[in-house]
Amino acid sequence: MLEIKNLHARIGDAEILKGVTLTIPDGEIHAIMGPNGAGKSTLSYVLSGREGYEVTKGEVIFNGENILEMEPEDRAAAGLFLAFQYPVELPGVGNANFLRTSLNAIRRKRGEEELDAVAFLKLARAAVRQLAMKEDFLKRNVNVGFSGGEKKRNEMLQMAILKPHLAILDETDSGLDIDALKIVAEGVNALRDEKFSALVITHYQRLLDHIVPDVVHVLAGGKIVRSGPASLALELEASGYAGLEVA
Amino acid sequence: MVALPTKKLEAWRYTDLRPLSAVTFGAPPAAAATPDLPDLPFPRFVFLNGVLNAALSSGFAYAKPFVPVEGQGTQPMALINADYAQDGINIEIPAGQDAGELLLISQSDGITPFAFHPRHRVKLGQGAKFALIELNQGEGTYWQNAVFEVEVAEGAKFQHFRLQEESVEAFNTTTIYADIEGQGSYEHFTLTLGARISRTEIEANLLGQNALAHLNAAQLLGGTQHGDFTTIIRHKAPNCPSRQTVKSVLAGKAHAVFQGKIEVDQIAQKTDGYQMSQALLLSPETEMDIKPELQIFADDVKCSHGATIGALDEEQVFYLRSRGIPEAEARQILIRAFLEEALEPVTHDASKALFEEVLESWWTKQ
Ligand SMILES: Nc1ncnc2c1ncn2[C@@H]1O[C@H](COP(=O)(O)OP(=O)(O)OP(=O)(O)O)[C@@H](O)[C@H]1O
Ligand SMILES: [Mg+2]
Repeated sequence: MLEIKNLHARIGDAEILKGVTLTIPDGEIHAIMGPNGAGKSTLSYVLSGREGYEVTKGEVIFNGENILEMEPEDRAAAGLFLAFQYPVELPGVGNANFLRTSLNAIRRKRGEEELDAVAFLKLARAAVRQLAMKEDFLKRNVNVGFSGGEKKRNEMLQMAILKPHLAILDETDSGLDIDALKIVAEGVNALRDEKFSALVITHYQRLLDHIVPDVVHVLAGGKIVRSGPASLALELEASGYAGLEVA
Repeated sequence: MVALPTKKLEAWRYTDLRPLSAVTFGAPPAAAATPDLPDLPFPRFVFLNGVLNAALSSGFAYAKPFVPVEGQGTQPMALINADYAQDGINIEIPAGQDAGELLLISQSDGITPFAFHPRHRVKLGQGAKFALIELNQGEGTYWQNAVFEVEVAEGAKFQHFRLQEESVEAFNTTTIYADIEGQGSYEHFTLTLGARISRTEIEANLLGQNALAHLNAAQLLGGTQHGDFTTIIRHKAPNCPSRQTVKSVLAGKAHAVFQGKIEVDQIAQKTDGYQMSQALLLSPETEMDIKPELQIFADDVKCSHGATIGALDEEQVFYLRSRGIPEAEARQILIRAFLEEALEPVTHDASKALFEEVLESWWTKQ
């Protein structure tokens, strides 16, 4: 379970998050929508521990632990996963190696046994097939020369292999073709169980057709200004965000 | 002795040889230990303290006896070499022959400081092929001041891969003159890890159409090491490509230099010159000097150069950490990736494997 309580965060002098309160119980999928610049990516970065953000107030409890004190790698080991809005290219770092290093780092921290190359490749190949990615994805350098949609799929590949307890998907649907969108949704739905939860940041209803959220939130001006059932997304699609910011 | 160049000379602005001139070099001591020779299936010449060791060397069909120097070259280091050179390899590959690989090993043991000035000649006939793999290693204080005279005839292909892993108290200055005729190619790669001060200086002349020069280097320096890679490529004929990628990883208070000059003669139309220098600075006390210089007298040419200097990309570090990889390991992965890319110009598998091994052990020592 993730509990965000009155979270305030700033970048330099600019206060971006102005009291976000949000609870995602285990097993639930929540969507966040909201205008450009509302602070959605900022929230995802603060949750995953990127440097450069100063939390001035509030707390974030993940499975009973205050994660704001934790290093990004420890948050990942605790089961948090962020699918980046803009996945980062790593020239010279092979995708398979990267994935295996990540998985083993997390397994090590959890006191689990590391996977050897053979066992890992079996797992990775299966995940690649599941996501309908080309085999050579594992051999290529991380995200280097990948198309926009391929980068997003690569994020999903990482998610499938790392099997987080909480996945934050920051506009993973942007730039995806219709087939890829379905594959991403299947990837999320495959992880769905009573222990897994997700925070899906999106601008479009179409992703939510495939990943049906339990709750939809609207983040505007650094705050959650409205929350409602899945139908709220449809409503927003029709009416836009006008009038919501001054809730 | 011809005087050592000082920083007053434009070409030596960034490399201060005063630590070298402060040392008094005597005669080479007798070589003590037998060196650790690499396990590669190639013929070899082994020099111990600058002297050819016949017992450790093997025959090579294309080797000729050493010829005393006739004084080619105008660089100060080459002039000094000409005064003292007493040994070196002299290779002549006849036209059309593929001579395979040759190892040139220099092992030095400077219990007392000594200097040696090898004079090497490599000559390829038309359409010949040859790969020279050089390993320079040692301990203690010494100065290796080598000169290579390289001639690549039409359509010939010479690959030259060098590992400079001299002792960190040693000095290595190497000057290479390469004349490349039409359709011929000279592929050079120096991996610099050793020496207190080192400089590799190459003058490559592209003399006929479609002659090609690849002058690449990687420098991995720490402590107070100084490494200099200086090149002049002269495009003297049309349609010649030249390529240069120089990557430096600097730790501690290390200082690296890359000076790359490209001269394009008036007749050298359709010249295609590319030069890239990338430096990864791992500490704020390091210094990287990059000096690209283009001198173009033809009007239809393509010459580009670029340079990046910086620390690790924090965005990349965070990406790795967000996947559970501890910060220190994340940084290591990124440095290794940079090094991995530095070896990309090494197109020769055995050399590449050797260099990778060397990087690995350099890495574990950091
Ligand atoms: N490094 C920074 N320095 C200053 N302001 C920043 C910085 N990063 C983000 N911001 C600002 O913070 C605000 C929130 O940005 P954020 O990326 O969180 O928005 P978002 O809701 O994800 O928008 P989008 O829907 O366009 O992805 C924006 O106004 C942005 O300009
Ligand atoms: Mg965003």
